[in-house]
Amino acid sequence: MEIKVLKNILGANDQIAAKNRELMASHEVFAVNVMASPGAGKTSVVLQTIKALKDKVTIGVIEGDIASSIDAEIVAKEGVPVVQINTGGECHLESFQIQNALNNLPLADIDLLLIENVGNLVCPAEFSIGEDLKVLIASVPEGDDKPYKYPLMFNTVDAIVLNKIDLLPYVKFNVDGFTKTVKTINPKVELFKVSCSTGAGIQAWAEWLSAQMKRR
Amino acid sequence: MHELSITQSMLEIVLKQAEKVQAKKVTKINLTIGAMTGVVSDSVQFYLDILTKDTIAEGAQVFFTLVPSQGKCRQCNQTFELPEFDWTCPYCQGNIVDVISGKELFVDSIEVE
Repeated sequence: MEIKVLKNILGANDQIAAKNRELMASHEVFAVNVMASPGAGKTSVVLQTIKALKDKVTIGVIEGDIASSIDAEIVAKEGVPVVQINTGGECHLESFQIQNALNNLPLADIDLLLIENVGNLVCPAEFSIGEDLKVLIASVPEGDDKPYKYPLMFNTVDAIVLNKIDLLPYVKFNVDGFTKTVKTINPKVELFKVSCSTGAGIQAWAEWLSAQMKRR
Repeated sequence: MHELSITQSMLEIVLKQAEKVQAKKVTKINLTIGAMTGVVSDSVQFYLDILTKDTIAEGAQVFFTLVPSQGKCRQCNQTFELPEFDWTCPYCQGNIVDVISGKELFVDSIEVE
């Protein structure tokens, strides 16, 4: 006997994500899902964003990693509340993990929640966690061919932060070509070019993020 | 690697549906998967064989209907299959493209006894 099912496989994850979104909205928390490949500079962008915005808004951080709490320790030095999630082998954060983390954060005191996903350009694109914004950190040394290799990720995000632009003189990376490709794959995406080492471009990124928070 | 959590979620849906009709055995699971999701069919079957042990879905075979990635050009409104590289519209060379398929990920139907 054949039974028609027609159910989204990630439906259960999406339901919990919707609950997370509701919970955060009730506390007026604006959540950003920060995704990237390993080493692109997720933690550096999180740190720079904290430095740029901490006088204007209160910030909390969720750090997702397969193992270790190195990133959480670095972020905690900035004096913001941080929760570390260790996925124990899983390559992405899922909404139930965020649900648990939210229970351990002072949501009433947080305006902006930066959620650093596991370093990976494949799986995090598919798992909604209840975020208001999806942001991808790309970086110059990774090469300008990544958009076509990971189209779902580049197509899914609201903003792309191209990090390590201070390395452009030393690395073969076509910024115009990258920009054109990104806009083809994702016509609505915002693109920022930054260097977390020199601080270039961070201001523009932080101002845009600030504006998104007010728009909600 | 995300095939494990995808297979787990898929199996939950399957077992719930099978329970509803008081099935004794699940023999077939038909999935619809978009090309862009990057789900590896062999991995899904591999995890399913492990996860279904001692359930009524033990031994079930998974069948995949793959949906190609398709885009629609904003300039000329033509639809076309998205190639691996360069999504420039083959009809008008426009380069603003909306993805209209390829992200599917659902259980289409199951066969039970």
